[in-house]
Amino acid sequence: MTENIHTLDTRGLSCPLPILKTKKAISALASGEVLEIKATDPGSVKDLDSFCQQTGNEMIASESVEDGFFFRIRKG
Amino acid sequence: MSSAAPVSELSNEQMNQWFDQRFAEKMAERQANHVPSMTIIATKGTLDMAYPPFILASTAAALGWEVSIFFTFYGLNLLKQNLDLKVSPLGNPAMPMKLPEGPTWIKGKEIPMPNSIMTLVPGFENMATGMMKKTMDQKGIARIDQLRELCVEAEVKLIACQMTVDLFDYGKEDFIPEIEEWVGAASFLPRAATADVNLFI
Repeated sequence: MTENIHTLDTRGLSCPLPILKTKKAISALASGEVLEIKATDPGSVKDLDSFCQQTGNEMIASESVEDGFFFRIRKG
Repeated sequence: MSSAAPVSELSNEQMNQWFDQRFAEKMAERQANHVPSMTIIATKGTLDMAYPPFILASTAAALGWEVSIFFTFYGLNLLKQNLDLKVSPLGNPAMPMKLPEGPTWIKGKEIPMPNSIMTLVPGFENMATGMMKKTMDQKGIARIDQLRELCVEAEVKLIACQMTVDLFDYGKEDFIPEIEEWVGAASFLPRAATADVNLFI
């Protein structure tokens, strides 16, 4: 299913925009599809975790990278 | 536990065990189907106080919650077509003033500003508002009109206090058309009574 990876760049944005943009991007996906997110907001690490728990999506990767943070979420 | 035995033959202990198990199942089922809800009362019309209701509402909506905001008194300014919100440093001694521009040593400094000076300097409020907006822009913070639009998109219910409109002689045409209802406290409170989270801002 590697062809179904979608990307979202929230670098430079602060709370709550990374969450709101993620929610919007996820809504457009089909169940099982993956969204890759780039962020610079340090709050997004815990907030996106909480978002996934509350909305039934799966956080499959959450990493610190050179220019911020990288997340991979599978739509539930 | 043997479920085949008729109820009359169950001991008290078995009955309790059965009930506890069933109760736990039902509660879990209820929790799984529960959509959290939040009601917010927004009473302030300054730029700094516009953020909490719109940030919390849009985020809660993104989490799948049902959200309503009741705008009353100065909070009604947050629903105007033309948002011209200011931040007032006057009477707000905790507010740090930092310059958005300039050399690093001065940018990081908090500038204490006595109230007496703020009242004397003409245009101080506009200056403080400009500084705040610039800082927010640099930090990638959403503008209020953007957050409000995101709330509307996420179907946050925007409710306006009818009494305030009458009190300040506002015309309804001054406000955004997305306002869902123009009502009073008696219409808002029943909604608040069943919400999981109630905030007064």
